[in-house]
Amino acid sequence: MHVSTGFQKSAEKVGGSRVSEPAWIRYLLITIALAFLGLFLLLPLAAVFVQAFDKGWEAYLAALHEPDTLSAIWLTLLTALICVPVNLFFGIVAAWSIAKFSFPGKSLLITLIDLPFSVSPVVSGLIYVLIFGLQGWLGPWLQAHDIQIIFAVPGIVLATIFVTFPFVARELIPLMESQGREEEEAALTLGASGLQTFFRVTFPNIKWGVLYGVILCNARAMGEFGAVSVVSGHVRGSTNTIPLQVEILYNEYSYAAAFAVASLLALLAVATLAVKTVAEWKIQQSLSTNETER
Amino acid sequence: MGSFGKKNTVLPGFGPTLGYTIFYLSIIVLIPLSALFFKTATLTWDQFVAAVSAPRVLASYRITFGSALLAAGVNAVFGVLAAWVLVRYRFPGKKLIDALVDLPFALPTAVAGITLASVYSPDGWLGRYLVPLGIEIAFTPLGILVAMIFIGLPFVVRTVQPVLEELDHEIEEAASCLGANRWQTFCRVIFPTMLPAVLTGFALSFARAVGEYGSIIFIAGNMPMVSEITPLLIITKLEQYDYAGATAIATVMLMFSFCLLLSINLLQKWSRRFSD
Repeated sequence: MHVSTGFQKSAEKVGGSRVSEPAWIRYLLITIALAFLGLFLLLPLAAVFVQAFDKGWEAYLAALHEPDTLSAIWLTLLTALICVPVNLFFGIVAAWSIAKFSFPGKSLLITLIDLPFSVSPVVSGLIYVLIFGLQGWLGPWLQAHDIQIIFAVPGIVLATIFVTFPFVARELIPLMESQGREEEEAALTLGASGLQTFFRVTFPNIKWGVLYGVILCNARAMGEFGAVSVVSGHVRGSTNTIPLQVEILYNEYSYAAAFAVASLLALLAVATLAVKTVAEWKIQQSLSTNETER
Repeated sequence: MGSFGKKNTVLPGFGPTLGYTIFYLSIIVLIPLSALFFKTATLTWDQFVAAVSAPRVLASYRITFGSALLAAGVNAVFGVLAAWVLVRYRFPGKKLIDALVDLPFALPTAVAGITLASVYSPDGWLGRYLVPLGIEIAFTPLGILVAMIFIGLPFVVRTVQPVLEELDHEIEEAASCLGANRWQTFCRVIFPTMLPAVLTGFALSFARAVGEYGSIIFIAGNMPMVSEITPLLIITKLEQYDYAGATAIATVMLMFSFCLLLSINLLQKWSRRFSD
């Protein structure tokens, strides 16, 4: 017990062996936990990159320069570029109404906003087929006017908006609730307009929360597979997003190319985790300074 | 409705923002979801029952819900362990591991699917050692389990972690002063406190695994009756233009998600009672 190692410090801090475990149990638990996380998280992540470079740099770059892949990258960027701002706007508006005011039915509204998270991605795609598909509610009308939504880009965008719908709102609602409304009320009393109050007082307080929501929303928008797969129609070079392109390459047994394209999404995931960690840290920081100020 | 919110604050914009919230929620989520029920309502009761209880469909429920339950169980055990280790102990690389726990949320499911399939395939990193031992994971029902464990992994860790962080050390000291050993303290004091969080994480992980599609289809083998999950069956029916069949099965899954969502909400209320 008296050998001071890094593993032990936190245990000592809280009062020695009475509220901690013997060293061998600690080492054992750490080993099991790390083995589990290593096996299920690190190993697959490493496998993506190793297999992407299986055939060398040149093959990697060549796989990314395929016209079909380039068009998939473009469509994915376009989808995210539409979905993220739309859901960002909704998230801020919803958080303002829910966090700053009290009204009956609030918790039901929050549950409904969270709903897309508990719907299977396949079902999320299916509902849009039922509305806009040929046999759907609006199908005959759309066909008569020569508008195609399902098996085309608008369907992909709609399905992606659905699956990424809650991200910004569910991050901002608890954050804005915890910040209360005294600061905004003070600004308004001093003569600021509503929008001035939002941009000068509220927004600086929630900016890291906004970033957190946006980055997760973006990751899901670029990586969504199930819902997009149902509505896309898989037309090469026109309605394939990056994840769908990965599927096609993989099913054609061009594994190195599939993993090369997949490595783009894996890089996106790693970058997302990095930004998310920083944002979390900043949110914590601003919440604790808020508390000490009070 | 405006008067509710304005009664006790000078903040502007309650009416328009709530109006927009409800409008956008309706056109993006509620109306499209209701399409599912209207489409199902065009079936007669007998047609509906026949569509959702055909042998192939029943087999897909068994494999989907069974594997999801098992995966959530594995995640509950290892999730508690991982949360415990991350909160209570110090070790090199802890911050990195902590950040990495969210990888399954950030990694697109198709990427997870092809990667797991290749790692566990007979000549993959793990498959080459496991297959000679008779443990075949890729392209069997076990593969479904592995993929579901992967995508549900963060939930239990992330629900239990804050509870453990807020747990008052004085309670543990009191237990030990009263003569409890460490194991008794864990079972009688710590575990009951984090149980609601564990159950919430379990339910979230279960719900995610039941609906999961992308990461599973690459590793499952997708044999009807053996390793075909329900979401895949919905897609298969759609591709055969059996919209009614697909919709009926989707309705069953959606109703199930609603029930789970309801129990998760109740669980979260229960766990908040402990924290206050």
